[in-house]
Amino acid sequence: MATARRAAEIGAEGIGKMFGPFAALTDVSLKVGRGEFLTLLGPSGSGKTTFLMILSGFERPTAGRLTLDGRDVTATPAEARAFGMVFQGYALFPHMTAAQNIAFPLRVQKRSETEIRRRVEQMVEMVGLAGHAHKRPAGLSGGQQQRVALARALAYEPPVLLLDEPFSALDKNLRGQMQDEVRRLHRETGTTFIFVTHDQSEALALSSRVAIFDHGRLQQIAPPREVYERPANRFVAEFLGDINLLPLEGAEGGVALATARCEGHAVRVADAGRAPSGLLAVRPEYMRLCPLRPVDGNALPVRVADITYLGAQSRLALRTPGGTPLTLQLATADLPAGLGPDSALWVGWPEDRGFFL
Amino acid sequence: MPSFARHALMLGPLLLFLALAYALPFLGVLEWSVTLPRPGLGQYRTALSDPLVLSVFLRTLRICLTVTALSLVGGYVIALLWVRGGPLTRALTELCILIPFWISVLTRAFGWLALLSTKGIINVWLERLGLISDPLALVRNEFGVVVGMTHYLIPFAVFPIASAMRGLDERVLMAARGMGAGRARLFWTVFLPMTVSGVLGAALLVFVFALGFFVTPAILGGGRSVMVAELIYLNIFQIPNWGLAAAISVILMAAVGLLGVVMLRVIRPAGLR
Repeated sequence: MATARRAAEIGAEGIGKMFGPFAALTDVSLKVGRGEFLTLLGPSGSGKTTFLMILSGFERPTAGRLTLDGRDVTATPAEARAFGMVFQGYALFPHMTAAQNIAFPLRVQKRSETEIRRRVEQMVEMVGLAGHAHKRPAGLSGGQQQRVALARALAYEPPVLLLDEPFSALDKNLRGQMQDEVRRLHRETGTTFIFVTHDQSEALALSSRVAIFDHGRLQQIAPPREVYERPANRFVAEFLGDINLLPLEGAEGGVALATARCEGHAVRVADAGRAPSGLLAVRPEYMRLCPLRPVDGNALPVRVADITYLGAQSRLALRTPGGTPLTLQLATADLPAGLGPDSALWVGWPEDRGFFL
Repeated sequence: MPSFARHALMLGPLLLFLALAYALPFLGVLEWSVTLPRPGLGQYRTALSDPLVLSVFLRTLRICLTVTALSLVGGYVIALLWVRGGPLTRALTELCILIPFWISVLTRAFGWLALLSTKGIINVWLERLGLISDPLALVRNEFGVVVGMTHYLIPFAVFPIASAMRGLDERVLMAARGMGAGRARLFWTVFLPMTVSGVLGAALLVFVFALGFFVTPAILGGGRSVMVAELIYLNIFQIPNWGLAAAISVILMAAVGLLGVVMLRVIRPAGLR
């Protein structure tokens, strides 16, 4: 990846934000590397947008310190930071054409007319808006407006680009296209991207690291695969995708190998990355259905509670004799013949695919 | 019942009232203008060629344009304080707009007379402070008329402008600031152009109101700065020349009607949609 000359490194140390008695953010510390693509993920009200507003300079934190390339910028206002921003709902200037919108930050920086013209042309090309540059936002589709917003935010090569749920207004197909577009722009510009979303698949697909927020606290910051496969806590595990949670008894052993019992059945956990506890988590995609008890790996007997047909996939709601609910999703083509409510089966999973919470 | 018929039924009484109270009398005025004192377009010829009538038209136009310009500037500043000020500023601004708005136009005109006349508060104090030896001519002239009318009409400029400001997407302003735009640039290149529809709406509203002003110019103009409405009054009750009064009325009505069409069709200003 080509790291842009201007891409910046951001540090947050113990950032807190109080709105009256309400703590919107508590003790958030993280570092964003030069040219990184970080996603801030969390449910609404988790503090992710507040954190973005603090990064942009529109909100002042009530505690902590913010640095840009090592310089303290905690008190620097938004207009002096001049980070690129892409907003939910685009926030284009309705009285300017696409080209004038893109030229705006260049005019603010008092670049020469020739340079502005060259750069606008380049950006219009880059986001695939050739032929639309003379149109006002009202004459552009949602996807095109979003492209103008991206071009405008990137035109002046800001050290950081902040994106606040930019695709939430787009339909699913367009959203996929725009995600590819944003990834390509990140590769081509090499700028540091910080992206806020509540859509977990968007976060996993786009970023080099994901920061997960809940109740104003940073829960985990790690690469997508790690937050998904080795979540730091139960909130992260349940927030990202489906998860099956099994209560354990008598767990003993270590990080490399642990043994325990689940409803009387022996369970082995290899390479859990964490000391044994009373709760085992297994992603549904690592569980398989077996008509008989499988020979290797872990297994539990279950009964089918419900089958939901989703087209290519089907979702099975299962229940162990002890009453623990399990969810499994498998290709409709792989559903065993004659499967119906109350069918008795076994569910198996490899020893190294469970982790303790 | 189809919705068209239902709407027609609900609008019916209003249309009937307008027909009886405005359209019918206006047809009468139209008739006078082409029949008094004798049939023909003679009164229109007089209205458009007589130097006295023309000078009144010209003065009306000049005063209305000045008042509109002053109301827009003042109204914009007040609307800005009202919409974007802090809680205290907002409350005070609201009081300062609404209290004069509720006071009768007559009372306000006499208030200005008390303030601006040769023996008025301003002249007396300026003399006592030794800043002037002779009283300033602040009233019984165009200056007094403009002051009084602007004071009356500013709220009508404030409302459409404030409405346009309220409709503004805050994120657009944040986007501009985020890209490094300072206050001056933010105002001139983003805020003002995005509220210009409200300014145009306010301009038309104030201008149209100003054209027909009678009480304020009659009191503060002191018979010297006669405007169109007062000229019509004079031609009916003093001179009298009803035909000419009717012809001037029709011309005024046509001008207002034309501006109304422009307002509704071409500009579609915010707040009057």
